[in-house]
Amino acid sequence: MLTLENVFVNYGAIEALTGISMHVEQGEVVTLIGANGAGKTTTLRTITGLLEPRQGRIIYEGEDIGGRPTHKLVARGISMSPEGRGVFANLSVRENLQMGAYLIKDRGKVAADMDRAFKMFPRLKERESQKAGTLSGGEQQMLAMGRALMSNPRLLLLDEPSLGLAPLVVHTIFEAIDEIRGKGTTILLVEQNAHAALSHSDRAYVLETGRIVMEGPSKELAADPRIKEAYLGE
Amino acid sequence: MSTFLQQLINGVSLGAIYSLIALGYTMVYGVLKLINFAHGDVYMVGAFMGYYLANGLGVRGAQALGMSADGLLARGLLGSGAMEPSLITALAVMLLAMAICAALGVIIERFAYRPVRKYSRLTALITAIGVSLLLENGGQVVFGADPKFFPELFKKRNIELFGGASINSADIIVLVIALALMIGLQLVVFRTKTGRAMRAVSFNLQSAKLMGINTDRIIAFTFALGSALAAAAGVLVAIRIPRIDPLMGILVGLKAFVAAVLGGIGNIPGAMLGGLLIGVTETMVVGYLSPTYKDAVAFAILILILLFRPSGLLGSVSQEKV
Repeated sequence: MLTLENVFVNYGAIEALTGISMHVEQGEVVTLIGANGAGKTTTLRTITGLLEPRQGRIIYEGEDIGGRPTHKLVARGISMSPEGRGVFANLSVRENLQMGAYLIKDRGKVAADMDRAFKMFPRLKERESQKAGTLSGGEQQMLAMGRALMSNPRLLLLDEPSLGLAPLVVHTIFEAIDEIRGKGTTILLVEQNAHAALSHSDRAYVLETGRIVMEGPSKELAADPRIKEAYLGE
Repeated sequence: MSTFLQQLINGVSLGAIYSLIALGYTMVYGVLKLINFAHGDVYMVGAFMGYYLANGLGVRGAQALGMSADGLLARGLLGSGAMEPSLITALAVMLLAMAICAALGVIIERFAYRPVRKYSRLTALITAIGVSLLLENGGQVVFGADPKFFPELFKKRNIELFGGASINSADIIVLVIALALMIGLQLVVFRTKTGRAMRAVSFNLQSAKLMGINTDRIIAFTFALGSALAAAAGVLVAIRIPRIDPLMGILVGLKAFVAAVLGGIGNIPGAMLGGLLIGVTETMVVGYLSPTYKDAVAFAILILILLFRPSGLLGSVSQEKV
């Protein structure tokens, strides 16, 4: 579904990604783990067109999408819950969800999708008319994910969904990830919480300073002594 | 009492014009975090467009473009007799000037600001000052440096009020049109999908992109909207005080900018409120102190607001939750 071939990305003179190759197949949950500054967020931002690759190809559903404007990729079925959530603080929960459905013209469909989001995150329903800025961090994360789903993506990118959240909320978020994949949406998950990420995904890539240093089925990586030592703290 | 009433009416009418211009500053700041210093000059262009629409380009101007010396282009809507002075004429002139300036705003954004958007904000700011100088000096070349007298688009008359005050019909019409435009803007921004996208872009550009919003188009639309309102202000000002010149946008632009800061830059109702407050304060100073201080008022207000409430009257300090 998605293939990155030898992708290089720069921030000015700084090389953020130095030749990343990876692929995500239809229906999979693939996770990208690594330390701060390894290039995880950069990878997602490049896939969604927020950054332009200096070199290499990004092939989505058979087409090179490198450097395409973000709004066109959203229309093509890629959606992202960004790092830091990026909710519209001055808009209500409901309006935030409506924003997520910006490209969908059928109002009935939007209403049905909103019900679905509320079903997945009943807390959002309780806070429906509250401004997003007044929500807790966990609720904002739920909103960011619910909002990303409103465009009915085929490929959902999640950037650090559990960052800074209480363990109970982290649990809720990962349950939601299982639920989303159960409905057939392909997921690319970026996480610092390697333990949770590996136990909720099919395959994993390990990023270190802009390059992929390990890859394989999540179960195998979770059992690998190097991963255990570096990322699972065992 | 009659002075107060008179100056209040004058002030609200003048303030509504400041509000219209302030809206352009505040909306562009909202989406780009850019103080568009050329905005006051777009207002000037708006006034001149109104002038040429009503009076035509003149015989030489029309002939330079290869048109006949007594057609619509040479003599304008009024001069050629195509329209009589009336409210309809005033509205037609204003709407056409708005359309022309909307296009000008889009061109400025596309060719001056968009290419430098990826660089620092300071770069954009300096570009804005450059565009401003270009319009001011270009205006002197194209329109001529000497003032022009704006034609009377409709018959003005004085209306006596109770308490000895009188009000010019132009002031009432300016006020009504300005308010109608502001209500229209509110509807666009808060009731339409494009307006929703504008607000999304101003809250968080990256998130707006991720919603599938074509942010370039929304930014261009914001410039069109702001520039159209500035053009309306230009025509309305010229209806009140029919003397226009290519540098008329400098001071008024600065005052409207102060109005936007006073209301809270980026805040649409704030710009409206700020404009009205600056207008009323200015006319009150003229009425009760001395006209000498007229232009100093806005800047005194700016200093006070920056000292005591830098986020403006309606602006809020944004907080991020972890």
